[in-house]
Amino acid sequence: MNELLTYAGMVLMLIGGIFLFLGGLGIFRMPDTYNRLQAGTKATTLGGMSVILSIGLLEPSWFVKTLVLVIFIALSNPISSHALARANYKRGNRPYLKGGSEYDQYKEVYDPQEKPDKEEEKA
Amino acid sequence: MEKSSSGGKVTRFLFTWFLLFVVWLMFTSTFATQEVITGAAVSWLIAIPTNRFFTNVRLHHFSPLTLFYIVEYLFIFLWALLVANLDVARRVISPTLPINPGIVKFKTSLTSDFAKMILANSITLTPGTLSVDIIDDTFYIHWIDVKSLEPEECRQEIAGKFEKVLLKIF
Repeated sequence: MNELLTYAGMVLMLIGGIFLFLGGLGIFRMPDTYNRLQAGTKATTLGGMSVILSIGLLEPSWFVKTLVLVIFIALSNPISSHALARANYKRGNRPYLKGGSEYDQYKEVYDPQEKPDKEEEKA
Repeated sequence: MEKSSSGGKVTRFLFTWFLLFVVWLMFTSTFATQEVITGAAVSWLIAIPTNRFFTNVRLHHFSPLTLFYIVEYLFIFLWALLVANLDVARRVISPTLPINPGIVKFKTSLTSDFAKMILANSITLTPGTLSVDIIDDTFYIHWIDVKSLEPEECRQEIAGKFEKVLLKIF
């Protein structure tokens, strides 16, 4: 039983390591901040969760504690990436777009040059 | 929802206290009497000043069925997280980098702030999407592979399955 837990923990740690590596590769290859955040957030959430859980499996008396850590990671990781993305847009860093400007519908909230144009059109 | 009623305040306090206490128990992972008593006292003390910032959740609409939906949501969420990681891995590994990014918007029919937060978090961890901002009930989502610019279709595509379950919980 204990041996089984050890093997399960090792496999889980390997999976987590692979996902973390792919996340790092994604940060290296993606063209702009938002896509990098996409790769980074997902990979670190699942990768970190499985690595921490694997530690819980290797050391069964820590399992409940690692469960709490996993819950905290699942709650806090997306919030931090959301904050980074929003702050990044607010600062004026526009996303990389392949299809043209209509693919950025968030523009209407923050782009100051956009609003006078619309008013002129109406008048 | 009566925000000023004392019943609401008491359940809010008890909810905060209960959650803090459970976290304490999980971290100490023991049921020794002194640990439990210390934990109860400390989380009671912490819950007094923090409960009004912590949550608006009331327990009055809580039922066993809600618990079932929460478990269902957890499974949907974990599956989506796994798919998201495989999706990102596929995009990262493939040499042509198949992305078509953009920021789309849609309106949600969820009303409570807590439900919106859960939905935004879930969207961030599901395949190819990252929530950038919420303004009232409009979500702005960065989508790594835009399939549609119509708000209603985006909503179906991105939030559909989560929203259905969340509407049952809240």
